[in-house]
Amino acid sequence: MQLTLWTYEGPPHVGAMRVVTAMEGVHYVLHAPQGDTYADLLFTMIERLPKRPPVTYTTFQARDLGGDTADLFKNAARDAYERFKPEALLVGASCTAELIQDDPGGLARALNLPIPVVAVELPAYQKKENWGAAETFYQLVRACAGPFAPPPGSKRLARAADAAPTCNILGPTALGFRHRDDVKEISELLARLGIVVNVVAPQGARPSDLARLGDADFNVMLYPETAGVAAQWLQRTFQQPSTKIVPIGVGATRNFIEEVARLAGIDATSVLADYAPRAAWYARSVDSTYLTGKRVFVFGDATHAIAAARVATDEFGFVVVGLGSYSREFGRELREAAKLYGVEPLLTDDYLEVEEKIAEANPDLVLGTQMERHIAKRLRVPCAVISAPVHVQDFPARHSPQMGIEGANVLFDAWVHPLMMGLEEHLLTMFREDFEFHGEAAPSHLGGGAAAATPEPETVAAVRVADTPAVLSWSGDAEKELGKIPFFVRGKARRNTERFAQERGLITITVETLYDAKAHFGR
Amino acid sequence: MNAIVTAKAPSRGCADAVVPMERGQREVFCGLTGIIWLHRKIQDAFFLVVGSRTCAHLIQSAAGVMIFAEPRFATAIIDERDLAGLADCNDELDRVVTRLLARRPDIKLLFLVGSCPSEVIKLDLSRAAQRLSRQFMPSVRVLNYSGSGIETTFTQGEDACLASLVPILPAAPTNAEPALLVVGALAEVVEDQMRRLFAAMGLGPVAFLPPRSALDLPAVGPNTRYLLAQPFLSDTARALEERGARRIAAPFPLGVEGTALWLRAAADSFGVSGARLHDAIALPQERARRALARHREMLAGKRIFFFPDSQLELPLARFLSREIGMELVEVGTPYLHRQHMLPELEMLPVGTAIVEGQDVERQLDRCRAAAPDLVVCGLGLANPLEAEGIATKWSIELLFTPTQGFDQAADLAELFARPLVRRAKLRV
Repeated sequence: MQLTLWTYEGPPHVGAMRVVTAMEGVHYVLHAPQGDTYADLLFTMIERLPKRPPVTYTTFQARDLGGDTADLFKNAARDAYERFKPEALLVGASCTAELIQDDPGGLARALNLPIPVVAVELPAYQKKENWGAAETFYQLVRACAGPFAPPPGSKRLARAADAAPTCNILGPTALGFRHRDDVKEISELLARLGIVVNVVAPQGARPSDLARLGDADFNVMLYPETAGVAAQWLQRTFQQPSTKIVPIGVGATRNFIEEVARLAGIDATSVLADYAPRAAWYARSVDSTYLTGKRVFVFGDATHAIAAARVATDEFGFVVVGLGSYSREFGRELREAAKLYGVEPLLTDDYLEVEEKIAEANPDLVLGTQMERHIAKRLRVPCAVISAPVHVQDFPARHSPQMGIEGANVLFDAWVHPLMMGLEEHLLTMFREDFEFHGEAAPSHLGGGAAAATPEPETVAAVRVADTPAVLSWSGDAEKELGKIPFFVRGKARRNTERFAQERGLITITVETLYDAKAHFGR
Repeated sequence: MNAIVTAKAPSRGCADAVVPMERGQREVFCGLTGIIWLHRKIQDAFFLVVGSRTCAHLIQSAAGVMIFAEPRFATAIIDERDLAGLADCNDELDRVVTRLLARRPDIKLLFLVGSCPSEVIKLDLSRAAQRLSRQFMPSVRVLNYSGSGIETTFTQGEDACLASLVPILPAAPTNAEPALLVVGALAEVVEDQMRRLFAAMGLGPVAFLPPRSALDLPAVGPNTRYLLAQPFLSDTARALEERGARRIAAPFPLGVEGTALWLRAAADSFGVSGARLHDAIALPQERARRALARHREMLAGKRIFFFPDSQLELPLARFLSREIGMELVEVGTPYLHRQHMLPELEMLPVGTAIVEGQDVERQLDRCRAAAPDLVVCGLGLANPLEAEGIATKWSIELLFTPTQGFDQAADLAELFARPLVRRAKLRV
């Protein structure tokens, strides 16, 4: 049993819903108790989809448990087939139905429907949403493309000399973080390289499209969390290689172009010659000097977190002081990345643990999910959202990809926006007693309002008390001097000073101690 | 204008109507959803769902409540170790509760909330609650109720929660004066207005269930006369009757008429004179009527269709039909408690299409065929219907907004007018 306040991922059947909702022509019959239909609102409210997810729930109740829930399932599946006439039917159970063991797969097959029936077993008490999405996508791909697989051991035919190279784009689902925009961005990039996109899946694909996945020369795997298992199967079955680089950021997008060119057997020199995302110049421009060395804490799904850490370091000049993910399936990748930045990898889906680590690291900026946005708000640290779980704000009306050239530009804007502007930061330091520039002031472009009046958050205070023996105290003057330091560095100054004092066995922190510590730790 | 309180319609309305029961996919929340408002109402209570990741995900998603960074609810997620018997569920639960209470010393009342998985594996939360109560009393009392989807639909979670409180309410002395208990979670602003009205009527003592603090439980006994403020409290009512309390039958306090009749039922029961009642309510009642008139212009004659959701559908339909002049196309309700709903049924127009239960696909077919001007439905259906060109009102907002009483009657009408006003304004 695990105590959970907030969860990063839903149950695995929600992952299955993300796949079928992204697709066309598939209907999902879910054996589930009354109430599990809440999941529809994720799609209709958060993503604002104008249609209901293609899901029929059996919505059994206590009185059904005494009777025949298996019959209930069969009727629901038959009715759903007749009403929606899908090309393929996906069947499965949610957490409660898993316990009553009705075997949706067997029941659905017994109906002898004239369409493929794909049963997915998603162990709800072990696995989570992304795993459920990956497994569902893999099972659908296998069921639809499997019949067209070449005999094992046969060699892939070389592409005709005059034919354009082709690829599939794998991974985008419903409720994905900017998947809609990433697909558009990457499709345009591939078109510029002269590569034809054979199928995009799951987003927008029908079962008949999945059936022709094997036609492409290679796969572009945008989201390993949802497409990794299917991509591996396609590699084994159709000898279709897959990209490994996720094109998030200026550098990764360049590497991605090179990788794609290699897989497609084409020359990308001219495209690379013109490759100049605006973000690269902005990062070098003098106004960005103030970004240097900002301490950043990164948390998200593994793909986005690892990418963000690289972008933060190489393309913003930040220092990564924390790197973590809730994607346990990608623990190895995350640990390797954490090594690059000399930080402890944080692999957890415990919101409280993430909050604790962020408070400890005392970063200048948090790059996280909507959960970290709340943590950062409490700690009064600026934050930009880089990954699912998503919120209605993560489906902006405008085109706003994370991947490719425009994606790199979006990252620059999105990460810099929550920070104090360069000269503003200096003015704040110089005129900290100015009534408008006082330490409680928020960045002027974000409006001065609500956040400014909030007292220092309790958690920070708690951490402070825990770290500090009772004997150490601040003199009135020192406390006042500390108050002149801008709020966004004040916590760090306090901690550094207290550490400095403790290491020297001081009992009272004076103004002198404060400046001694500043000189000692100076950045 | 001599009768302040509208007389009941002479006809029996829908009191004897045969209500068809529909079986099929129910597009409704489970009772866990009630935690979203209950945890705000009882401010020193904590709700611990014993369930699955789905339960945690539901509560987190249902109302976008993530604005409360440290909520007073959480989920103890059952995992495979618990199911395989590798871990003892009761030991695990004790461990989780101990950790939780250590984090939150401000909590006085802890509800263990049962879910579909905990019901199916027959985890006995009442025994767990007794055990934990013994351990943590007197600082924390532990109760349990079920909010599972197999047992409860949406607002029935509040019913189950309040019913679990009834056995621990202190006993009123046997010779106690008659006392009024108002039952059902109300917004604080509404509760305060009701208190002022009862005081003006000279009616008292008055207590509310649930209380704002777990330390402030109202006494109950044969002297207690209770008035339901919400239409979905059948288990709570039964538990109160078992403690000797008697129900004052009344329509629900939605709209000017509903509020007036609700107050009059209390006045009659406590022997408050007609003149005293008149003096107490004439002013707010008149003010409410004036405020309401504005929305009647937009809404009168418009056709409304209710999907079943909160059990508020019947009182809302009565209000919209009688005071606003809307036409009722279909009124779905997840359950129909005929006894509690009798005063409401009597006031509904003869022939109103009331449907109990749900088959969402067939209901959508009927809805599209009827092409109503406004549909009241859950969040899963609202945007898809809007995309088809049908105006909708989210039903959950009707629970989160103060709607009961005179001074909220116009606000309630405005909730229905807003989608239509917005449509009229937009030029996109």
